[in-house]
Amino acid sequence: MAQDSMHLPVWKQPFPEDSELAAQAEELRREHLLLDARPPKELADRVLTPMARLGWVFWLVFVVLAGALLTWLVTWTNQMFQGLGVVGYNRVVMWAPYIINFVYFIGIGHAGTFISAALRVLRFDWRAPISRAAETLTIFALAAAGSMPLIHLGRAWKAYWLIPYPNERGLWPDLHSPLLWDMIAIFTYLSCSLLFEYLGLLPDLAMAREYVTGWRKRFYTLLSLGWRGSGKQWKHLDTAQNVFSYAIIPVMFSVHTIVSWDFAMTLQPEWHSSIFGPYFVVGALFSGVGAVIIVLAVLRKALHLEYYIRAEHFNGMGKFLLVLSLTWAYFYFNSYIVPWYGQDPASRVILQNEATGWAAPLWYLMLFSNIVVPWATLWSKKLRTSIPVIVGVSIFVQIGMYIERYLIVAMSLGYNYLPFNWLTYTPQLTEILITIGAFSLVTLGVVLTSRLVPIIPVWEVKEGQRMQGMRRIGRAMVQTRTEPE
Amino acid sequence: MELTHTEPQKAPRAVTLETHKWTLVVNLDKCTGCQACVVACHAENNVPMRSEREVIRGRGQHWIRIERYWQGDLPELQAEFLPMMCQECSNAPCEPVCPVYASVHSERENLNLQVYNRCVGTRYCQNNCPYKVRYFNFFDPQFDLPLEQQLNPDVTVRVAGIMEKCTSCVQRIRRGEEQALVQNRSLHDGEVIPACVQTCPTSALTFGDRNDPQSKVAAVLEDQRKFRVLEELGTEPNVYYLKGG
Repeated sequence: MAQDSMHLPVWKQPFPEDSELAAQAEELRREHLLLDARPPKELADRVLTPMARLGWVFWLVFVVLAGALLTWLVTWTNQMFQGLGVVGYNRVVMWAPYIINFVYFIGIGHAGTFISAALRVLRFDWRAPISRAAETLTIFALAAAGSMPLIHLGRAWKAYWLIPYPNERGLWPDLHSPLLWDMIAIFTYLSCSLLFEYLGLLPDLAMAREYVTGWRKRFYTLLSLGWRGSGKQWKHLDTAQNVFSYAIIPVMFSVHTIVSWDFAMTLQPEWHSSIFGPYFVVGALFSGVGAVIIVLAVLRKALHLEYYIRAEHFNGMGKFLLVLSLTWAYFYFNSYIVPWYGQDPASRVILQNEATGWAAPLWYLMLFSNIVVPWATLWSKKLRTSIPVIVGVSIFVQIGMYIERYLIVAMSLGYNYLPFNWLTYTPQLTEILITIGAFSLVTLGVVLTSRLVPIIPVWEVKEGQRMQGMRRIGRAMVQTRTEPE
Repeated sequence: MELTHTEPQKAPRAVTLETHKWTLVVNLDKCTGCQACVVACHAENNVPMRSEREVIRGRGQHWIRIERYWQGDLPELQAEFLPMMCQECSNAPCEPVCPVYASVHSERENLNLQVYNRCVGTRYCQNNCPYKVRYFNFFDPQFDLPLEQQLNPDVTVRVAGIMEKCTSCVQRIRRGEEQALVQNRSLHDGEVIPACVQTCPTSALTFGDRNDPQSKVAAVLEDQRKFRVLEELGTEPNVYYLKGG
């Protein structure tokens, strides 16, 4: 048979030519989603069917998270009525629990854009199925982060004074204050992220509209804004997404840089540092990529997305996590060694406290979680592609990065120029409940979104599958990719 | 009809207030750490007295406080006192960080002002204050019964959720200025003094206008022992200390 096929023109030759190559092709198809093309109906079914099936696990999760969210609101109300004294602040540590959460959640919110926009611009095709889950995480993380400065305010009901609006006193907010830059940056980032996710959702909402019935059909019809999939619409979508991708990357960098400036612009020892900008951006991406890995693993399990989310995605994300861990360690070393050589008295006390004082367990746990764990595991492809391992590593990264923010905000602030004012912050029940509530808000947001809209960008997967193929080079099957003009 | 435009007449300002360079000098040699200034300040400025539990949690609220440092070892152990109040920095770190202009500067008086009803409680100012002299109202103020009768009507009682700090008894400065204005004269040296200065039994504190070369404060500042706390940070404080021996 092989003899016969040699005489045929190349386009009529069977592909793959023999069983060995066929096995290779099969292996490639098993590994890569974009080579494993399926008919459109099946692609849609694999997302839409499990979405609508709400089992008891879903309801249990829903009730628990909604309960935690309610507790959050009750706790916050109590805090507003009683005064901020119910939180563990003291007269020196004026920013602690809520600002730690704020920095942490803004950090989580960085991965969505990084994966969608940056990888889109860089043409990493494999990111297609994971981008929407990451974007959803971004939006809810930003919502949780945005709520934190409000809860933090002494008079939260006056928060609108930070917004420039015309008033009879002719008073506008002070643009010198990094807090105001912060508000502007986060608002820009949140609106860009929302629009960016919604743009990408349009073709999928239209797809869902065609396959479902009942209230879901009406819901998707409304949301898909009359998407018909005409050439003109696709062209507009592509242009808009390109514009957003390029625009949102600098916004992402600016947001966390400005968050770091909230600290770096002060006179506080260990805060007043010029490396804080890039250091915070890297830390944000680091914890964000870790959080996306956890979300992906949970969604894969809960919505049976084994076809869409494969080992290759955890592999790719694992590589990013390792690179970010290395970069984070580099910046952390920089921000450590400079004050260490400076031997400024207050900085010295903070560094000593980390190495041998009460903060030592936290500091070593941070170094272990952020450096030792990723470096010890993520170099191996076998470990990267094992879902329990990479989820475990990501959880360590979350713990490590949360501690890092705790040490920067709550611990450093307790040590300043005059030793008379050295105080420690002890967490109280109020902020613990509110922190749990914030985590619940993010989780509940992702859970509900994954049930309401297709959490896998099916059209992007379809597009990727059109663009990718295989060809034989020598005795090996290799993955190929078409570059559209 | 022809419309004509006339420049609105600017009302001539009835009064021009004098500029001052209010300065406080603390003579550490004379300070015994008796805390009379702290009590006087509480009484003058309606500063609430926080409970013992609150103080243990590090939330004592005193616009002026006596920082006590220990020097040497037993048996030659010595206590050093450093009265610490708002340093009225000319280049104040608390001012630019406030997003709502609650912490503002008065060039005319050389004072750093806190606008209570503008404050939303971001507490950024205290983070950026190297002297940590700003206080946050964690709860609404409570005054035990007889104390309620002696609140100073010239000073606001501050609600929970806002920052406050030493004002150099700005209400006394205003009153003095108004009086001088009515009598059409300049302020005399020593006419306006804050409660802490008035109370200090050893006269360790001197307050006055540094612009006036005849003032007591200008004379005291001739002293070679003068220094300013954390001067290297460039905050340009207007509170001077005379080194103790």
